[in-house]
Amino acid sequence: MIDALQYEFIRNALFAGLLAAIACGIIGAYVIVNRMVFISGGISHASFGGIGLGYFLGINPILGALFFTIASALGIGLVTKKTKLSEDTAVGILWAVGMALGIIFIGLTPGYAPDLFSYLFGNILTVPPSDLIMMLVLDIVIISVVFLLYKEFLTISFDEEFGTVVGIPTDGLYLILLCLIALTVIVLIRVVGIILVIALLTIPAAMARQFTHSLKKMMLLSILFGAVFAIAGLWLSYELDLASGATIILVSGTIFIVSLGFSKLRRKKLPPQKI
Amino acid sequence: MWVAVDLLPITEKNMSKEIVKLEDVWVHYDGVPALEGVNLSINQDDFLGIIGPNGGGKTTLLKTILGLAKPSRGKIRVMGSTPERGRKFVGYVPQYSLFDRDFPISVWDVVLMGRLGQAGLLKRYSNEDRRAAIQSLQRVEMLYFKDRQIGKLSGGEQQRVFIARTLVTEPKLLLLDEPMASIDMPMQMGFYELLGELKQEMAIVLVSHDISAVSIHVDKIACLNRRLFYHDSKEIAAEDLEATYQCPVEMIAHGVPHRILREH
Repeated sequence: MIDALQYEFIRNALFAGLLAAIACGIIGAYVIVNRMVFISGGISHASFGGIGLGYFLGINPILGALFFTIASALGIGLVTKKTKLSEDTAVGILWAVGMALGIIFIGLTPGYAPDLFSYLFGNILTVPPSDLIMMLVLDIVIISVVFLLYKEFLTISFDEEFGTVVGIPTDGLYLILLCLIALTVIVLIRVVGIILVIALLTIPAAMARQFTHSLKKMMLLSILFGAVFAIAGLWLSYELDLASGATIILVSGTIFIVSLGFSKLRRKKLPPQKI
Repeated sequence: MWVAVDLLPITEKNMSKEIVKLEDVWVHYDGVPALEGVNLSINQDDFLGIIGPNGGGKTTLLKTILGLAKPSRGKIRVMGSTPERGRKFVGYVPQYSLFDRDFPISVWDVVLMGRLGQAGLLKRYSNEDRRAAIQSLQRVEMLYFKDRQIGKLSGGEQQRVFIARTLVTEPKLLLLDEPMASIDMPMQMGFYELLGELKQEMAIVLVSHDISAVSIHVDKIACLNRRLFYHDSKEIAAEDLEATYQCPVEMIAHGVPHRILREH
């Protein structure tokens, strides 16, 4: 692995992995405590429509995806807050419609769509420097917004109704949180791809939750776990010549299961609370 | 007896101020009435228990006072203003079952949450916010537990924390939704003692489906089953109870101290 560092693409891949870990660590913590996993899946799959639009218009597909994820985040938020449609119904519809749009756009685009597979399943080894800069900018946006609105996000996550009673704009804050999920999806697409995004949004944060009762520590720990998963997965995929995105996910999943087993054992060792 | 009452100087307490007024309030959910023509006035030194069966609109009534549920008819004033403006004077302790007990949050962060309105968007909590949180936690005797995760406390301790969360804004009215549901019997006495202290400073409205426990401790009782029966006293007429619970009064009077039931 050390000798591999002489290659620029490996250095870029490591950098991309770290940037992804930061975004998924912070936002993943909100996704886990708010049970927004399905919404996140919907937003990331809907982004495929934007990838297709990008190919069709001849612009960077990631820009198209950014537009689609933000639009679907706002769409899901507004539909659930303002109509009687249930959240999972709205997500289910957007999920499929976004994918369908992507397929139609790509079909309408003359010629072959290069890189299509890497958008779906990720390829951390081919992240261009321009995308690294975009990932860095999005990370900075995510960190700044969470830094500024930390106590408000904590409140709407724990007790939204109480937030309304004390006079904070809970609906608006919820929409902002959904938009942050949309940005995180964009950061992660290059690393693990649309279909696997959901794993990096959930596994590091879910694992961190086993070790702490503080949301802040949960974020920091899940950034650490995310980074370890990304580096370990990258190394394994380099050594064994496997698909990088899928390897990162399998490494995460395996470590998660092991940690789950350990925390079960640890709990068993504690004396019983009640007889 | 009358001497003691008459010798009291005319204080603020005697000139009781109206905090909440509902006039002919109707609330509908999807066309189904949850509250029907409710009239209620709550004064600043009231300690009111509202009893009624589950699904009788108790929570809806509290939410209407807070402006979280909108009436389809009628008028509500909270501190002489709309519920949305008036609710900054109202402390709300929601039903226990609504919390995710596993949520990674400490007692301290829960209580500070009450200061969100004072702290302002995009800002950190100030020293004043922290002072208010410490005082509130002292008030409910929970300061020692401030770094605990909320889910690690007993039901009664959690209720104290949620009361502390409302005290940080020095409310004029405290609304409690089924506060006793999560508290073990031996702990309930201590909890009523706390409410007894708090009622010196604010009006308290406690909602419950458990008639017997509530009736001993509160000063006034109302019955609610979509319609509200209230005579501004601790006396409940047998016909009100029958109308509320829709069953003969003998069935529900069981275990209720006789003093709250008028001779009938």
